[in-house]
Amino acid sequence: MNNWIEIAALEDIPRLGSRVVKTDTMNVAVFRTRDDQVFALKDECPHKQGPLSQGIVSGTTVTCPLHNWKIDLDSGCATGPDEGCTNAFRTKVENGKVYLSI
Amino acid sequence: MKEKLVLVGNGMAGVRTLEELLKLDPERYEITVFGAEPWPNYNRIMLSPVLAGEKTVDDIILNDRAWYEENGIALHTGDAVVRIDRAGRKVLTGQGEEVPYDRLLLATGSNPFIIPVPGHDKKGVIGFRDIADVETMLEAAKKYEKAVVIGGGLLGLEAANGLMKNGMDVTVVHLMDILMERQLDAPAANLLKASLEAQGMKFLMETQTSEILGDGRAQGVKFADGSEIEADLVVMAVGIRPNIGLAQAAGIHCERGIVVNDTMQTYDPRIYAVGECVQHRGQTYGLVAPLFEQAKVAANHLAQIGIARYEGSVTSTKLKVTGIDLFSAGEFNEQEGDETLVLQDPGMGSYKKLVVRDNRIKGAVLYGDTIDGTWYFQLLRDGTDISAFRNTILFGQHDLGDAGHGDETRVAALPDDAEICGCNGVCKGEIVDAIVTKGLFTLDDVKAHTKAASSCGSCTGLVESILASTVGEGYDATPSKKPLCGCTEYSHDEIIAGIKEHELKTMDAVRGFFEWKNPDGCAACRPALNYYLLANWPGEYHDDPQSRFINERAHGNIQKDGTYSVVPRLFGGLCTPEQLRAIADVADKYQVPEMKVTGGQRIDLFGVRKEDLPLMWKDLSEAGFVSGHAYGKALRTVKTCAGKNWCRFGTQDSTGLGVRLEELTWGSWMPHKFKLAVSGCPRNCAEATIKDFGVVCVDSGYELHIGGNGGIKVRVTDLLCKVGTEEAVLEYCGAFIQKYREEAHYLERTAPWVERVGFDYVKQAIVDDEAQRKALYERFKYSQQFAQIDPWKAVAEGKDQHEFQPIEITAA
Repeated sequence: MNNWIEIAALEDIPRLGSRVVKTDTMNVAVFRTRDDQVFALKDECPHKQGPLSQGIVSGTTVTCPLHNWKIDLDSGCATGPDEGCTNAFRTKVENGKVYLSI
Repeated sequence: MKEKLVLVGNGMAGVRTLEELLKLDPERYEITVFGAEPWPNYNRIMLSPVLAGEKTVDDIILNDRAWYEENGIALHTGDAVVRIDRAGRKVLTGQGEEVPYDRLLLATGSNPFIIPVPGHDKKGVIGFRDIADVETMLEAAKKYEKAVVIGGGLLGLEAANGLMKNGMDVTVVHLMDILMERQLDAPAANLLKASLEAQGMKFLMETQTSEILGDGRAQGVKFADGSEIEADLVVMAVGIRPNIGLAQAAGIHCERGIVVNDTMQTYDPRIYAVGECVQHRGQTYGLVAPLFEQAKVAANHLAQIGIARYEGSVTSTKLKVTGIDLFSAGEFNEQEGDETLVLQDPGMGSYKKLVVRDNRIKGAVLYGDTIDGTWYFQLLRDGTDISAFRNTILFGQHDLGDAGHGDETRVAALPDDAEICGCNGVCKGEIVDAIVTKGLFTLDDVKAHTKAASSCGSCTGLVESILASTVGEGYDATPSKKPLCGCTEYSHDEIIAGIKEHELKTMDAVRGFFEWKNPDGCAACRPALNYYLLANWPGEYHDDPQSRFINERAHGNIQKDGTYSVVPRLFGGLCTPEQLRAIADVADKYQVPEMKVTGGQRIDLFGVRKEDLPLMWKDLSEAGFVSGHAYGKALRTVKTCAGKNWCRFGTQDSTGLGVRLEELTWGSWMPHKFKLAVSGCPRNCAEATIKDFGVVCVDSGYELHIGGNGGIKVRVTDLLCKVGTEEAVLEYCGAFIQKYREEAHYLERTAPWVERVGFDYVKQAIVDDEAQRKALYERFKYSQQFAQIDPWKAVAEGKDQHEFQPIEITAA
């Protein structure tokens, strides 16, 4: 099931940065890479629930601002040797608009 | 099609190279490994504990067969390569295999040197090199009684100790008059000999072996003076010879070892070599730490990144005999003109000697108390000027751990449940366990796997000591040249110099010039480069918010629940009723759950939601406040005491001077946080002597102090000089800050920076060299034009709204 929700224009998300999307139930961090790929993760680090949206993005990973865990943007999982995953959501970009499926 | 890489020699250096290569470029090669021994890669330096019965063979396997499979490596054990066909680019093995290569890596190690005396080929005469030798010794220990070890070096003594532990009567025969003469001086060697004798080991010193006696099997040893002793087992441990036969037969240039250049390449450009078989700049190495440095370089070139260079190693040694602590490094026998610092306590059985040349450590020998070995070794390799703490250096680095822990830092003696890392709650046992089970050799590995020393870093010395005492000489000490981060091979200093010299003005330019491995960099190097560019090109470089840690991007400190704290600037800690009222109004309006007075004499408002920050800053800005930068690697606060306007002891206007200093310096970005203080008299109520720059007013002027720190590691400032006017204070302060801003490494506080470059260097630049001081001060004032723009006001007026405004959606 794909409930695509339009959330923003691609330009509204800074390159190598993110925006926080607030839903009724949680915060979702939406990231944009250098080459304009867009990824979405639940805005909670698997370690101590730090807000991943506030981390530094490089390549397709984000570094959590609280304790420097590196999370893969595609899978939502910590990169080795740390272990743990947060939820990853599907995104798409069409005509400069970013859509999110939760 | 993938290129083919063949590794000859399945030992520590070769396999380490593969590991490094797989990290850099796992897909480049189809890899085949040949090992003459029947085992997968094991930790050769742990053979002594296996012999002594403290470890099993399984304990010391570093890469099991599953590891080779997982990485798609074809492993041939028990089959030695006998010929390299360089023209046909293939290797041939004893069992008749033929494997072609595009690149060949030689890691053939070394062979024990067997003295060619008559009888050396008898049964029961062996070297001490591999698991087979250990098995032979263990077998012999079951059947026989008497063993002779020829060679009183590191390996010989470890073998003798192991045999003794297995119940044999052991005599060590040594040609020289002191044991371990390549690592020890006479006093330390005598202490060692005495304690080994106390354990039952016997010694024949200055004794030359002339013949191994016996009928088929060794039964005794005869010496040059004609005397003889009984021996059922003879272990020759007189040295190793690089194993160069294969390379030599293939016509590759060899001297004592296979000759390689700084990229670990042999004279045949398709063939690389690492490890004990190698001769680099005339040196061969038999210890493991240098081999790992070589492995890193070889892997870098095999991955065709092509930027790493091996420049030789300084090595240190630790004897792995339980109950005996011994450490040596560098040139431990003094030469003419050297100075020797010695601390000797026969009662405690301890001996420490440092050889010092031009106030720099050249060598160290420690016996009994070796806890500071890693520290001395670091000072040696960094070439640190020790004049500032020379009078206490022999007593060790008492502040290894958190300030005030003193003797608690003697790690070897600590129980397993002793907490080492107070930030992350990691105990000694967990660290030792991770090192042993996961085969860790570097501080970075231990940090990644255990989280110890990965937060505030104050326990780094302790963790390094645990690493050193757990793996002995296998400890891969942080190389003296430390890359800025995992994205590059270049150090902070090289990158700072490159930015200036080649006028690199964007982050992409720096990463391109220095051949960064990741185009975006990482969370460690991005903030560093952003700072270096900002500091070097004020007014030209555009700050990159996405390369700043969130605190600096959001101009507030992120708290554990994701809210922020807000600290308005109160210049010099002074405030008015109106200002306090304005702060109180803001706190009410945004329902701030908690407020507190900070250590730097400011007011902190906690628990602010990120989206409220711009609104709050607008209100504060209208009341005349600017950001307090309590969140930044920046000028934090100027702390002051009452001063002569009120205090009966005050000698100068400390508050007024504090305000002037803060007005001069606020907004400045720094390598790390930077704190000032001004005390009105030597009672020093503002605690100026633990600040980055502190002023202590006296009746005749102002004493200027630098490089203090009241945090992780308390450090009292050094007195820079005394000046007569407030104007001079401002000039010296600005010049000192600018020197620090231009030259320190990112995330290096002034205290370690001053210790690294030397106080005299800083003093010379700021005090003695007036022209330099004035130029630094001018550059500081110039850069301040661009820095003193209040970030809060800018956001309140609409800058970077995307950073603060969430997108709200309601699920359909």
